[in-house]
Amino acid sequence: MLVVALGITWRYLGSYMAGVFEGRVRYLAWAERPFYRVLGTSPEQEQTWKRYAGSLVIFSAVFLGFGYLLLRVQGSLPLNPQHMGQVTPALSLNTITSFVTNTNWQNYAGETTMSYFSQIGVLTVQQFVSAAVGIAVAIALVRGFSRRNSSTIGNFWVDTTRCLLYILLPISFIAGIILVGEGAVMTLAGPVTVHDALNGVTQTIPRGPAGFMGSIMQLGTNGGGFFNANLAHPLENPTAITNLLYIWLTLSIPFALTYTFGKMVGSIRHGAALLAAMAIIFGVWVGFTVYAEHTNNPAVAAAGVHSTVGNTEGKEVRFGDTSSALFNISMTHTSDGAVDSATDSYTPMGGFGPLSGMMLGEVTPGGVGSGLYTILVYAVIAVFIGGLMIGRTPEYLGKKIQAREVKLAGVAALVMPVTVVVLTAVAASLHAGRAGPLNSGPHGFTEILYALTSQGNNNGSAMAGLSGNTAFYNVVGAIAMLLGRFAIIIPALALAGTLAAKQTVPAGLGTFRTDNGMFVGLTIGVIIIVGGLTFFPALSLGPIVEQLSHGKFW
Amino acid sequence: MTATAAPAPAAPETPTPRGVAQSRSLFDREILAQSLRDSFFKLDPRVQIKNPVMFVVAVGTVVTFIEAVAKPTFFSWAITVWLFLTVIFANFAEAMAEGRGKAQADTLRRMRSETEARRLLPDGGEQRCPASELSKGDLVVCEAGDVIPSDGDIIEGIASVDESAITGESAPVIRESGGDRSAVTGGTRVLSDRLVVRITAERGQTFLDRMIGLVEGANRQKTPNELALTILLAVLTIVFIPVVVSLDPFGHFSAIVSGAKGTGTVDVVILVALLVCLIPTTIGALLSAIGIAGMDRLVQRNVLAMSGRAVEAAGDVQTLLLDKTGTITLGNRMASKFIPVGGHSEQELASAAQLASLADETPEGRSIVVLAKERFAIRERQLEGSHEFVAFTAQTRMSGLDLDGRRIRKGAAEAVKRWVAEQGGTPPDELDGVVETVSKAGSTPLVVADGRTVLGVIELKDVVKQGIREKFDQMRQMGIRTVMITGDNPLTAAAIAQEAGVDDYLAEATPEAKMALIKAEQEGGKLVAMTGDGTNDAPALAQADVGVAMNTGTTAAKEAGNMVDLDSNPTKLIDVVEIGKQLLITRGALTTFSIANDVAKYFAIIPALFAATYPQLNTLNVMKLHSPTSAVLSAVIFNALVIIALVPLALRGVRFRAAGASAILRRNVWIYGIGGLIVPFIFIKLIDLVLVALHAY
Repeated sequence: MLVVALGITWRYLGSYMAGVFEGRVRYLAWAERPFYRVLGTSPEQEQTWKRYAGSLVIFSAVFLGFGYLLLRVQGSLPLNPQHMGQVTPALSLNTITSFVTNTNWQNYAGETTMSYFSQIGVLTVQQFVSAAVGIAVAIALVRGFSRRNSSTIGNFWVDTTRCLLYILLPISFIAGIILVGEGAVMTLAGPVTVHDALNGVTQTIPRGPAGFMGSIMQLGTNGGGFFNANLAHPLENPTAITNLLYIWLTLSIPFALTYTFGKMVGSIRHGAALLAAMAIIFGVWVGFTVYAEHTNNPAVAAAGVHSTVGNTEGKEVRFGDTSSALFNISMTHTSDGAVDSATDSYTPMGGFGPLSGMMLGEVTPGGVGSGLYTILVYAVIAVFIGGLMIGRTPEYLGKKIQAREVKLAGVAALVMPVTVVVLTAVAASLHAGRAGPLNSGPHGFTEILYALTSQGNNNGSAMAGLSGNTAFYNVVGAIAMLLGRFAIIIPALALAGTLAAKQTVPAGLGTFRTDNGMFVGLTIGVIIIVGGLTFFPALSLGPIVEQLSHGKFW
Repeated sequence: MTATAAPAPAAPETPTPRGVAQSRSLFDREILAQSLRDSFFKLDPRVQIKNPVMFVVAVGTVVTFIEAVAKPTFFSWAITVWLFLTVIFANFAEAMAEGRGKAQADTLRRMRSETEARRLLPDGGEQRCPASELSKGDLVVCEAGDVIPSDGDIIEGIASVDESAITGESAPVIRESGGDRSAVTGGTRVLSDRLVVRITAERGQTFLDRMIGLVEGANRQKTPNELALTILLAVLTIVFIPVVVSLDPFGHFSAIVSGAKGTGTVDVVILVALLVCLIPTTIGALLSAIGIAGMDRLVQRNVLAMSGRAVEAAGDVQTLLLDKTGTITLGNRMASKFIPVGGHSEQELASAAQLASLADETPEGRSIVVLAKERFAIRERQLEGSHEFVAFTAQTRMSGLDLDGRRIRKGAAEAVKRWVAEQGGTPPDELDGVVETVSKAGSTPLVVADGRTVLGVIELKDVVKQGIREKFDQMRQMGIRTVMITGDNPLTAAAIAQEAGVDDYLAEATPEAKMALIKAEQEGGKLVAMTGDGTNDAPALAQADVGVAMNTGTTAAKEAGNMVDLDSNPTKLIDVVEIGKQLLITRGALTTFSIANDVAKYFAIIPALFAATYPQLNTLNVMKLHSPTSAVLSAVIFNALVIIALVPLALRGVRFRAAGASAILRRNVWIYGIGGLIVPFIFIKLIDLVLVALHAY
């Protein structure tokens, strides 16, 4: 059912998005105009890649600054029925960076730290805006391929506005209604205290505008939930239907963008090739993670408990191990990072799935926009290596891949692994970092690695088991998130600029085919090699050795 | 030139006389010895830094050396030695590639140094001076036996010139002032007569100088694709540095959290070994050798590329402009058929045609005589009695013979018809039909008349070269469009194009039309290659992405093009394209191989790396290598030996078969991608077994 639903969205949402960004879908033009007037721009004013990147950086920096201030003074702001105090500087920095970079790493528990105002006015706004920024960058890069001899790659303000108005707002509104209809809580009335007469217990149940926040958090592959328990919380993810809806929301745009790409460059087959590369890796990872979670948790088995229903420790029984594993892979292979089960309690190889999924650079299918622009970076590298092997200067969609393109793609591909590895090394060396993990042994190492991989990839999935809300982890995490976002976006936009300026070479029999199975294979190869080879030593010290410690690899 | 070394076993093509391009065996002993010496000279850090991958290896070697001195063990010394050998092997590969060019350059240099010039002074006197003192614009005199001191244009005289020093072709060529045959090259020898030559080359900029520079690779610059690949290799190197360096803190931390014995310190020697194994050393070591060898392969075929960029562009070419004459067809039209008209017999026609052609020394004329002899055994006759040959002129467009009152003419249909009509004769009605049929088939009709009687038509056929059609089929498979350029009318052009199997043709081509065609193709994003020799070809040669000038051509043409074919064989353009492609394929294939190798090396080294902290990682030791240190050493030895093993491949180039891109890719991915995954598993295991057998462990 999920596959069919995704197939339909791939085709129709993808086509719709192409229409929006090519300016053909204009039914909300009246709503666009006021934005342009305020911003002093118009769809006709195209930007060079430098202007585009500049606008993006300024835009993000403004939100970063304001967001930080608002979190710091949340105690004096309205919509704060629980009278939450101000957020500490380090946590404010980490949190606002996290939401501006579409990471949604949460070093706090939402229901006990953030006021309603912060949740809505700061965090939810960012869930919309950061998603729109990501998609805008992807579209700009696509234009790099579709245009020829052009000095411009679109207009950042227009792309972002259109993305919000035509795509994110309508879909999340409809999904939000369904979620609330299924029982997700949606209120600003503060927590309720209920008295369970049967057991004689009184408990306070936090509430909030979780329903609508849930829809954009998934649609925008944000993953930052209202509650600390994220989507394992029954008030945010009440039923099996909402669980499925959340998965669909997360995967819909990242997959559909490949169709948008195909349509905009005039070859759906090219979009389908990227989709295939994404889907194959995704499928394999779901497969082995589900398998790993079907087995008994060796740690539990060692305690003498024999389970016949797989590894259910840390999972909501109403979802079970298969659905939980699917959910978890879906959220880590997008840049979403929401959870409906505790990764910390997965079997080592079950935890390897989400962790290594993030290490592949969030391209299968990745976050909204970021998945597409990152896989395009990998595709450029695949084209370069494969293209040389047929004896021509490599071309992708008629664009010659030469020194400048390789340099930019190389930098974009390099940033993430270097950031993660270096920061993990720093954390593992310093006292402040070593204090983080709750577990000893390789699992403790995995906890650090997981946290920095998640932030470096702008994912936000948390394994739990790491005390992240310390000054050290807040700051290191913020650095990882900023590098993982902007140090990839800027080379990606530069790549868009240099590609757009190029002449297009017509395809012929002697052209390296970039829309067939061989190319899909090569792209997968590059993704696995860049992600896999760089992290293999670290992984072998974490989940791999942990699994081996239980006496078997599989 | 010096005696040719042992014939190259790797060159299956028919042996042609070679100039610079003496075939040398791939592993000529002299070159081998020189290369070994050069491998050590290249250890200079200023040389090493040019190659980021090998520079990292060199630095790593220094690090392990210091470690080995501080804590001498068999293992640390063994690793140090093998890392050092890795650097030496890379230098050796480059030196080998350069060695062949250097040997050729030496021969050429000897030729240049000994020439003396006779400079013509303004007052008419002569002055002797060394060739090296000539400057542009000087006039020099060369007489039979003199070596032409520098490049120039003949402004006075005609002479036969021996150009074998440059081209290897022993037959002398005629050079004369004016026209397309006025250019002479320094280093060639005048065999007869006297020439006055205006020097056109600046000091040190002669063709010979450039040739020496090119074969030697002195000013070799990285070509665009080579540069791009170097960047990719640098990226793959940079990314592995933090990966490896971070293993030390990871190891410490793991030792603490796992509660294992020891501090978890990872041996620096092993870390360096891992780094060297992970960075793409194989391709990094061979990259420049591949580029130099690619240029050298062109030189072997007597083509001089003015830049490596041009060689690469040749691989990218999508449109080939080929001159009809000499490339697609044999140079000249040949008589192929006698078609009698008006009831005359074929033999009658042949006899008259032969008489009319006896004095015709053009290849066409001779071919008529030959055909008459073949068909009817009509021998060349000694003409007796009064006879007068009538030569061809542009006005009459006929030639022939007046013999004992008979007036025999052959020529263009219209001209002969008019001539017959002037004498009161009437050409038979069928004549026009025959003439048209012959024209439509792409041949040239020559009408033969004896006085007032039209005897028939000789068909002069353009003979398409053997095997050229197959070549064009291959080109098409590679996605290259071939366009025939000809001065013929469209009808003739179409017929020949059809017969030769080219994709398109440009008939009645003028230099302007040629230029327009190139520009149109380029505007569509295509790369165009062409050959040319005349001065009027120069603009088009300059405009084309790959312009191959014939060595027999004018100086202007040679300067406009970016390659010169010393054999002046326009068909070679096709070879040039293949060499360009082979160069890129070799780079791509070895890059893929190099990266694919990493997987096996990981499985050898990672279990060894943390053996102390996590013995259970030994499960990853799928090759069942003897011990952690033997595993690391085996991987490093493999890494070094694979460079040496691939030197012949890098120098010779990956085998290239004309095929579509998809077929080539599939083949190379299987061999170098999948092969690159599997091969190291086998060889690392073998090396490990050998180490154990040698009691190193």
